[in-house]
Amino acid sequence: MTKQRKAVALISGGLDSMLAVKLMQEQGIHVEGINFFTGFCVEGHTHAIRKRDQAKPKRNNALWVAEQLGIKLHIVDVIEPYKDVVLNPKHGYGANLNPCLDCKCFMVGRALQWMQEHEFDFIITGEVVGQRPMSQRADTMPIVQEESGAGDLLVRPLCAKNLPPTLPEREGWIDRDKLLGLSGRNRKPQIALARQYGFDDFASPAGGCCFLTDENYAHKLSDLWQARHSREYDLDDIMLLKVGRHLRPRPNFKLIIGREEGENKFLEGYRKQFIHLRSVSHTGPLVLIDGEVNDEDLSLAAQVTARYGHGKTAEQVEVEAVFPDGHSRQLSVTPLAPAEIQSDWHL
Amino acid sequence: MHYQLDTRRLLCPMPVIRTQDKVNTLNAGDTLEVICTDPGALNDIPAWCRINGHKVITSKQQADEYIVTIEVGDGA
Repeated sequence: MTKQRKAVALISGGLDSMLAVKLMQEQGIHVEGINFFTGFCVEGHTHAIRKRDQAKPKRNNALWVAEQLGIKLHIVDVIEPYKDVVLNPKHGYGANLNPCLDCKCFMVGRALQWMQEHEFDFIITGEVVGQRPMSQRADTMPIVQEESGAGDLLVRPLCAKNLPPTLPEREGWIDRDKLLGLSGRNRKPQIALARQYGFDDFASPAGGCCFLTDENYAHKLSDLWQARHSREYDLDDIMLLKVGRHLRPRPNFKLIIGREEGENKFLEGYRKQFIHLRSVSHTGPLVLIDGEVNDEDLSLAAQVTARYGHGKTAEQVEVEAVFPDGHSRQLSVTPLAPAEIQSDWHL
Repeated sequence: MHYQLDTRRLLCPMPVIRTQDKVNTLNAGDTLEVICTDPGALNDIPAWCRINGHKVITSKQQADEYIVTIEVGDGA
């Protein structure tokens, strides 16, 4: 009896990995999905936090894809080991702080480790040669095979015919003739294939599945590193960069200002870690201070807090500053005028 | 056996990851009550259960918290 071959598929939640799995299932391969959570994944976090967005239906695309395909999905927390990828990318960054090639090597390497631990036979991805400027080029795709350690156990079903035969093809576990030869950035073949398979509702991340590709987010992360004189981060840091309005009035501190009820509520969860401010005479946002402040800084922070609340045109606003140890101080301040909020404070 | 898991303040997919990691240590028939504050967990934890062979017994909102109770499947 022929051995049932098993493949682990990198599932991003996008269409390409979905199609790659489908092609393997059609060849009788047992497929299970793996999805890595780096902390930078765009998985509706702002959506989850912001009150006004909560009525909209939300789904985790990787889970949704797995359900459509009828496969198990293993979600792996790689926040800690992924730091080295973000901080020291051997192949550098893309347009922003996106270390795409190192990221792909890392994820395929982790999938290889999972494959070996669970006695699977090979790895599949939805990569297409020429589709992405950094990690999916004819000259970089072999680098992923080599540096991940996966070698010819890495199969890219959507573009396999443009690449040398892999071990599963040579051994006859899968039929190379039934794999595809897609290339380039044209999405039409994938869309047509999706239609053929009856997939009419799919996400199209196209690089947008990672906050590190976002210019504004990358700017805020760079600012954080610069202010701390250290390129370290933890999960709270990278979550907070997704929430609120960030202003740096002085090099030694920045303010994170809730923009609506949901964000204020989320920021409340950080009251034990940061000084927080809120107007007590008028309604207004919850504001966190990230950094060390003196009395003058605290007063400026209170003025900014007043500026973003309903007392912004009042002569005097009462703002309470609460310290992480629980003690508080009340400040009577004049809200800053719009012109006094300097444009370069905005991150 | 009945277990509880606190994932308050965590945003998806962390509640799902914590649920998955906890379920992997339990036996078939055990129940796990997961407490979350991210409303996305109400979709994601049941979706994870469906594809991994576990059963959602109850799923409810209490004030600003969401509680999903799962019965661990046999790994099918």
